[in-house]
Amino acid sequence: MTLNGNVPSGPLANQWSEYIRHSKLVNPANKRKFEIIVVGTGLAGASAAATLAELGYKVKAYCYHDSPRRAHSVAAQGGINAAKNYQNDGDSVYRLFYDTIKGGDFRARESNVHRLAEVSVNIIDQCAAQGVPFAREYGGTLANRSFGGAQVSRTFYARGQTGQQLLLGAYQALSRQIGLGAVQMFTRHEMLDLIVVNGHAKGIVTRNLADGEIKAHTADAVVLATGGYGNCWNLSTYGRQSNATAAWRAYKKGAFFANPCYVQIHPTCIPRSGDYQSKLTLMSESLRNDGRVWVPKRKEDCGKNPNDIAEADRDYYLERKYPSFGNLAPRDISSRAAKEACDDGRGVGPGGRGVYLDFSEAIQRLGKHKVEERYGNLFDIYKEITGEDAYQVPMRIYPAIHYTMGGLWVDYSLMSNVPGLFVLGEANFSDHGANRLGASALMQGLSDGYFVIPNTINNYLATQKEKRPAADSDAAVRAANEVRDGVKKLLAIKGKRTVSDFHRELGNLMWEKCGMARDKEGLEYALREIPKLREAFWRDVNVTGEGEELNQALEKAGRVADFLELAELVCKDALHREESCGGHFRSEHQTDDGEALRHDDKFAYVAAWEFKGVGTEPDLHQEPLNYEEVKLATRSYK
Amino acid sequence: MNVTLKVWRQSAGEKGRFERYEARNCNPNMSFLEMLDEVNEDLTNSGKEPIVFEHDCREGICGCCSLVINGEPHGPEYRVASCQTYMRSFKDGDVITIEPFRSKAFPVIKDLLVNRGAFDRIIQAGGFISVSTGSAPDANSIPVPKVSADLSMDAAACIGCGACVAACKNGAAMLFVSAKAAHLNLLPQGLAEKDRRVLAMVGTMDAEGFGSCSNTYACEAACPKGITVDFIAKLNRDYALASVRTKLLGTDVAA
Ligand SMILES: Cc1cc2nc3c(=O)[nH]c(=O)nc-3n(C[C@H](O)[C@H](O)[C@H](O)COP(=O)(O)OP(=O)(O)OC[C@H]3O[C@@H](n4cnc5c(N)ncnc54)[C@H](O)[C@@H]3O)c2cc1C
Ligand code: FES
Repeated sequence: MTLNGNVPSGPLANQWSEYIRHSKLVNPANKRKFEIIVVGTGLAGASAAATLAELGYKVKAYCYHDSPRRAHSVAAQGGINAAKNYQNDGDSVYRLFYDTIKGGDFRARESNVHRLAEVSVNIIDQCAAQGVPFAREYGGTLANRSFGGAQVSRTFYARGQTGQQLLLGAYQALSRQIGLGAVQMFTRHEMLDLIVVNGHAKGIVTRNLADGEIKAHTADAVVLATGGYGNCWNLSTYGRQSNATAAWRAYKKGAFFANPCYVQIHPTCIPRSGDYQSKLTLMSESLRNDGRVWVPKRKEDCGKNPNDIAEADRDYYLERKYPSFGNLAPRDISSRAAKEACDDGRGVGPGGRGVYLDFSEAIQRLGKHKVEERYGNLFDIYKEITGEDAYQVPMRIYPAIHYTMGGLWVDYSLMSNVPGLFVLGEANFSDHGANRLGASALMQGLSDGYFVIPNTINNYLATQKEKRPAADSDAAVRAANEVRDGVKKLLAIKGKRTVSDFHRELGNLMWEKCGMARDKEGLEYALREIPKLREAFWRDVNVTGEGEELNQALEKAGRVADFLELAELVCKDALHREESCGGHFRSEHQTDDGEALRHDDKFAYVAAWEFKGVGTEPDLHQEPLNYEEVKLATRSYK
Repeated sequence: MNVTLKVWRQSAGEKGRFERYEARNCNPNMSFLEMLDEVNEDLTNSGKEPIVFEHDCREGICGCCSLVINGEPHGPEYRVASCQTYMRSFKDGDVITIEPFRSKAFPVIKDLLVNRGAFDRIIQAGGFISVSTGSAPDANSIPVPKVSADLSMDAAACIGCGACVAACKNGAAMLFVSAKAAHLNLLPQGLAEKDRRVLAMVGTMDAEGFGSCSNTYACEAACPKGITVDFIAKLNRDYALASVRTKLLGTDVAA
């Protein structure tokens, strides 16, 4: 079936203003009659919940954390893009739009990306007014830095804690609305199902993580802003709690899942040190502004002290291969280049899985003081984790799973194919195509929440007067009972293997067969193994404790059970996409010099999958990507 | 290396007690939480319930982790959170005590996990700038002196973990409240409702059952983000001024 993105007609640059101009309005007196559920209170969810409440809607917001301030958006370090052109270096809405389309390897929907670039400028204004302490010049104006995949300086930042500060801004706006009684906040509540009535999303079922109570909540519309699914690979830069459950259960209730195989592997993470490892820590990409990436030219030098390896014996491979972008080549390209160097036997550190990120030249050029001012907290993190001082020896870095471009399919208004279900932030698939540029996720989350959803949800709500079901309606009661049965089933197995054990095995399989490079053979292998692992899980997992209490083993078990299904869809999507693009690299499809080879004639579409039952082939729907403004080109950063 | 743990275990409605566990073959490069993960795997495999503790980012920024290790909130290392504590800080044969962040305002939910909702309620009372989406002027139209922005950022670095409260013998929340007040009061954008903010936050802090500050500075020593007690002095000044101005001008602070 062909899917329609419901993009407004007319020239790209006017589409968003035209859309708003033709929107149905809900009058202020009627707004408070509508209830909206917002699941997730990271950047996307908190900004949406706050703004919708400011407009007068009744909002119920949910997160599994003990406070909205802890959503994983908090961990973003580097910055947020906006086409302000404050540096007078030739930036514009068009250039940000183009860079994002190109960075995404021509696999994103033009109209969405253009809107994102347009509203980017409002985001910075809003955040500055909220008190986000962005970095400033001495004259009091905002400072910028550059980030991968761009040749202008358009990234705004607050030291190395940009995500934290933007999240606090959104959290504070949300808190204000909670204090005013306009938002009812449910912390430590995990959404475990979507309630669908007559084909429309009208509520959710949650489990109160503090006491185990399972309950149905109904509303006029449901907004999911539940983050990405990178923990399907187990080790990643995500928080340990991050999971795909909300999106996955919505998928099982009919929402399409788009481009699941597009995942981003970030080039600059601290390499793993042992099997006990629970997460991989990102070193912000901003480090690549001043750090130089290299490996020894000769394998024999890999064990040496890096400071003893002569300049002539080092291979600054990014500068060599991509002279015009150098160390700032996009993430997918940089990650693959690191893997190639290590596959070639020239990796450094434990297991030969690492490359150097060297600041000695920057320290000489700028002085240690300046480097410390720019990156001090990152050097501190590095030292805490590895015990090494990166001012003295180069950092060791290696790629890790970091971001998921895929997600629930949404149209231009951010509504999924299930009417009334909207999806924002990393949980949707919409703006980054096959690869996301640095500092663009924070921008997208806040764009979706502050500026897009408040202007699109009204078009749906205007058609939905008095259609909200009661929390004790049949559909709601049935959904809650199904969730109760699911919990009982997990607790009844009492097998021999821990949940973490299954998660680790799944993660290793996904990293090996569906990681930085993929091929038919490996994907087919994974597609044979995943169902076996899933079957073993449901036979032999040991979930301790009871359902009617705080039970972290149970929480984790539900999430891993969903990863075990999602993993299969990721591999299916990767197998079907017989081309290389962005974060999806199929070894069979590369150019002579090893770059990604797209097949626009066959694959210039969004692959949106429809659930047909666990273990049953999903249906593929295609949304053709029509490029009207931009000409499809081969990405080059040389 | 091998260590012995004395861990606080407590279920809903129970009084709680310490239990002893052995953590064997720890790698010095393991994080403290990874060590607990391994102990939990062993507990699960022997049919026992794993130890409950709060965590998420595991890189010192979300403020979830909240362990008192050997009597110190976030453990022995200076300026790091529990999740950034590594086993290399301990020796083979050590006996390590692990407790929750205890305080009257932070009731234990289970084992090492407490309810810190009181912090959220303080922010809801006034820890924000009232600016609805869409009403903001161009970001460069209000210059912010670099020193103010930097100092504001120092205060805004608070991760809301509550170590300051756990460290304080009075269970005071002054470091937390003063950091949020300073973050916003130091910026030109935050000046308009400075008095209201300070009075509302302090009022809620008192109502939530936090103790009063007696200047022992234990909070600063325990803070993983190096928030300084200078902000407490600033809060005291801002509070005194706000009280006086409210008396004189009758500013509406309640709404
Ligand atoms: C280490 C790191 C650094 C990064 N740095 C940058 C950067 O510098 N610039 C940039 O642009 N991007 C960066 N990113 C990416 C960016 O931070 C994220 O993509 C973005 O913040 C996601 O925001 P979100 O609101 O979509 O989701 P999150 O912030 O992940 O929020 C998800 C929310 O959903 C809730 N939730 C999830 N499932 C459920 C459920 N079932 N029930 C109830 N609640 C649920 C959670 O409690 C949480 O509140 C970084 C990412 C990482 C991991
Ligand atoms: S787990 Fe996030 S701060 Fe420790």
